[in-house]
Amino acid sequence: MTGAKMVIEALKREGVEVLFGYPGGAILDIYDELYKAPELKHVLVRHEQGATHAADGYARSTGKVGVVLVTSGPGATNTVTGIATAYMDSIPIVILTGQVPTRLIGNDAFQEVDITGITRPITKHNFLVKRIEDLPTIIKAAFYIAKTGRPGPVLVDIPKDIQQAKGEFNYPEEIKLRSYNPVYEPHIKQIERAYQLLEQAERPILLLGGGVISSNASEEAIKLAEKLKLPVVMTLMGLSAFPGDHDQSLGMLGMHGTYYANMAVANCDVLLAVGVRFDDRVTGKVDAFAPGAKIVHIDIDPSSIQKNVKVDVPIVADCKKALKRLLEFVKQGGKDKKYWEERFTDWWEQINIWKRRYPLVYKQEGDYIKPQFVIEKLWELTKGEAIISTEVGQNQMWTALFYKFKHPRSLITSGGLGTMGFGFPAAIGAQMGNPGKLVIDIAGDGSIQMNIQELATAVEQRLPIKIIILNNGFLGMVRQWQELFYGKRYSSVRFQVIPDFVKLAEAYGAVGMRITRPEEVEPALKKVLQTNSLVILDVHIAPEEGVFPMVPAGKATTEMILL
Amino acid sequence: MQEKRYTLSVLVENTPGALARIAGLFSGRGFNIDSLCVAETLDPTLSHLTLVTHGDDQILEQILKQLRRLIDVYKVVNVTEEGDHVEREMALIKVKAEKENRDEIFRICEIFRCKIVDVSPKTYVVEVTGDRDKLEAVIELLKPMGIKEIVRTGVIAIRREKKSA
Ligand SMILES: Cc1ncc(C[n+]2csc(CCOP(=O)(O)OP(=O)(O)O)c2C)c(N)n1
Ligand SMILES: [Mg+2]
Repeated sequence: MTGAKMVIEALKREGVEVLFGYPGGAILDIYDELYKAPELKHVLVRHEQGATHAADGYARSTGKVGVVLVTSGPGATNTVTGIATAYMDSIPIVILTGQVPTRLIGNDAFQEVDITGITRPITKHNFLVKRIEDLPTIIKAAFYIAKTGRPGPVLVDIPKDIQQAKGEFNYPEEIKLRSYNPVYEPHIKQIERAYQLLEQAERPILLLGGGVISSNASEEAIKLAEKLKLPVVMTLMGLSAFPGDHDQSLGMLGMHGTYYANMAVANCDVLLAVGVRFDDRVTGKVDAFAPGAKIVHIDIDPSSIQKNVKVDVPIVADCKKALKRLLEFVKQGGKDKKYWEERFTDWWEQINIWKRRYPLVYKQEGDYIKPQFVIEKLWELTKGEAIISTEVGQNQMWTALFYKFKHPRSLITSGGLGTMGFGFPAAIGAQMGNPGKLVIDIAGDGSIQMNIQELATAVEQRLPIKIIILNNGFLGMVRQWQELFYGKRYSSVRFQVIPDFVKLAEAYGAVGMRITRPEEVEPALKKVLQTNSLVILDVHIAPEEGVFPMVPAGKATTEMILL
Repeated sequence: MQEKRYTLSVLVENTPGALARIAGLFSGRGFNIDSLCVAETLDPTLSHLTLVTHGDDQILEQILKQLRRLIDVYKVVNVTEEGDHVEREMALIKVKAEKENRDEIFRICEIFRCKIVDVSPKTYVVEVTGDRDKLEAVIELLKPMGIKEIVRTGVIAIRREKKSA
C-alpha cells in the first residue's frame, strides 16, 4: 500500500468524517487517494487559515478531533495562526501537511518550509515522517496525543516520496508512548482536603474554565453547585459549562466580567477552580486576586498549577473524574441541600446586594441600535439553544455577557489567542459537525473581513450559517482602549472603506440584510432565523458603544470601570 | 525569592526534534540555560541531557513541569535536590608558555592534577577535569600567564549510590 493510501485508511480507522483542506503539489498523492474515498467528506476552503479554524470549530462543537489537509510551503504556513489559536485553547486537531521529497529537505527546494520547526512552540507535538514504516504509527500517535491529556493540535509533515512509497499497512489498535502518560485520576487525599475546605467555607465560589467543557464535566459541575448552593463564575472559555440563566450563575469574571462575579471572587474564602489556567485577563493584578481565599485548583496539566496563582490544594486530574470523586465526598459527608443553603445564606445575601447595586445593564438611548439589545433579543428568540461562534473584540465580549449559554460546547470563541477572523470559519466547522442545528457567528465589521473569502466555502457546502455583523464602523475594542487610555487619539481604528455587506452576501450567492433602527431588530432577527440558507445581517450599531464593566490591564479586578 | 543554581538530568527520546524542543522551551519561556550536555545512553533510543539552569523555586517548578509536559521527555531528575551526586566538567585551556612561566604552569597542573595535552613552542594546552570551583580556580591561576583560549564541556552529573545497604 502507498503512503498516501495509508493516510486515508488511517483516517477512516480514526473515525474521521470530514476534513478541511486545500490541495497543492506536495499533497497531490493524498488528494488522489481522497478522490477514491467518497466516504471521507472533504471541505474545500478558500484559504488554509479557514481550514484550520473550521477544523477547530468542528472539534470545539463536537468534542471530536478536527482534521486539516494542506500542501507544503505556503499551504503549511497559512495554517500557523489557526494552529496557534487551537493550541492556546487546548483544542484537539490534527494537521497533515505535504512536504517536499526527503532528498530535497534542507535544500530550499520549491515550496519547502520547515513547518515542524515553525510550529514547534504552538503544537502539543509534531512529527516529520522519515520512513514509510513509521507512517501508520505516527498517525495513530498524532490522534492519540491530540485528544488525550490536555488536548491540543498535532502536526504531521509527510514528504512526497513517503506518500508514494509502498509498505505494509499495520495500523495499531492501541498505542502506548513511554514518555507520555497523562494522569487522569485525582489523588484522593487531595480531594478530601478540597472537601474539608468546602465544609469549612463561609464564602465559597466555584470557578469553571474550558477544561470543564473539554472533559465533558458540566453535569458534575452542575450537580456539585446545586447540592452545595455554590455561586458559579466562568472564564470566557468556561462559558456554557454551567447554564447562564441558572440563578446560581454570576456569569463571566475578569477584565470584562460582571461586577458581582468579580466582587464575589475578590471576597470569597474558598475558590474551587476547575479546568482554568488563571490567565491575566481573568486574574487582573495577581496579588489582589481572591486575596483572602484558599484556592483549590483542579487541572489535567500540572504546569497550569502554581504557574500564575499560588494554590493551596493542587489536584492534577481530569476535571470530570475529580468532580465525580468530590461528589462522593459530599455524599459521604451526609449534609443535605438545606444544610448548605442555610450555611451560605449570608454569602448569597451579600452577592445579591452586589447584583442589585450593579446589574449587567446598558442604556437604550437615541435612535441607535445597541449591540447588547441585539444579543439579548437573539437569546430570547433562540431560547439559548443556538451554537454561537464569535469573532474578536467588543462583539465577542457583548456576546459573552449577554447571551446566556445553556449547553456545553455552544460557545465557540478564540479565548487565548484572540484571533480576529476565527468566528466565521469556526462556524463552518461547527455547522459541518452539527447539521440541522442553528449556528450563528456574531461578528465585527473588522473581524469578518479577515476570513470573508470563506463565504464561498459555506455557500458551496449549503451551510445555513447566520452571520450577524455588529457593525460599528470601528475596530471597536481598540477604539475603546484608545478612548479610555490613550486620550481619545483614534489611531487607525476607522476604516475609510467598508464593503456593502448586503451586496457582498449576494455576490457570493447568500442572503444579505441590513438594519439601522432599534425597532427593526426583532423582525430582522426573526427573518434571519427563518431563512434556510446563509444569511448576513449587517446591523449598524451605536458606533461608540463600549464594553462595560472593564478592568484596566494590570489593575485589581475590583477596580472596575462601570457604566 | 532567592535564585539558586540547579543541575537537571533529562532522558529524552532520541528523535530529531527533541533537543530543539527543549532549547525552544527555555528560550520561549525566558528560562536560562547555563550549560547543556547531550550524549547517547546505553539504550540507543534515548539520549541523556545534563542541563544547568538557575532561578527561584517557582521558576524551577515551572521548568520541571514544562519539561515533563514535552511528549519526547521520558524522565526529569533534579539532581541538585535529589541529594548526593557527583558533578564534573572538563576544560581545555590554551595558555601562553613563556620560558619563565613554564615551571609555574607545571606546578599548578600538579596541584590540581591537570594534564598538558599539547605543547607548542609558545603555548601549552592544559586539560582540567573537576567540579566548577576547581575549574574556576585553575583558570584564575593561569590567567596571569595569558590564556589564549578556553573550551569547556559543560557539566555532567550522576547520582551517588547509597554507601550502606
Ligand atoms: C488577527 C488580529 N489582529 C489584530 C487584533 C487586535 N484587535 C483586537 S480587537 C480588534 C478590533 C476588532 O474589530 P471588529 O472586528 O470590528 O470588532 P469590534 O471590537 O468593533 O466589535 C483588534 C484590531 C486581533 N485580536 N487579531
Ligand atoms: Mg467593529
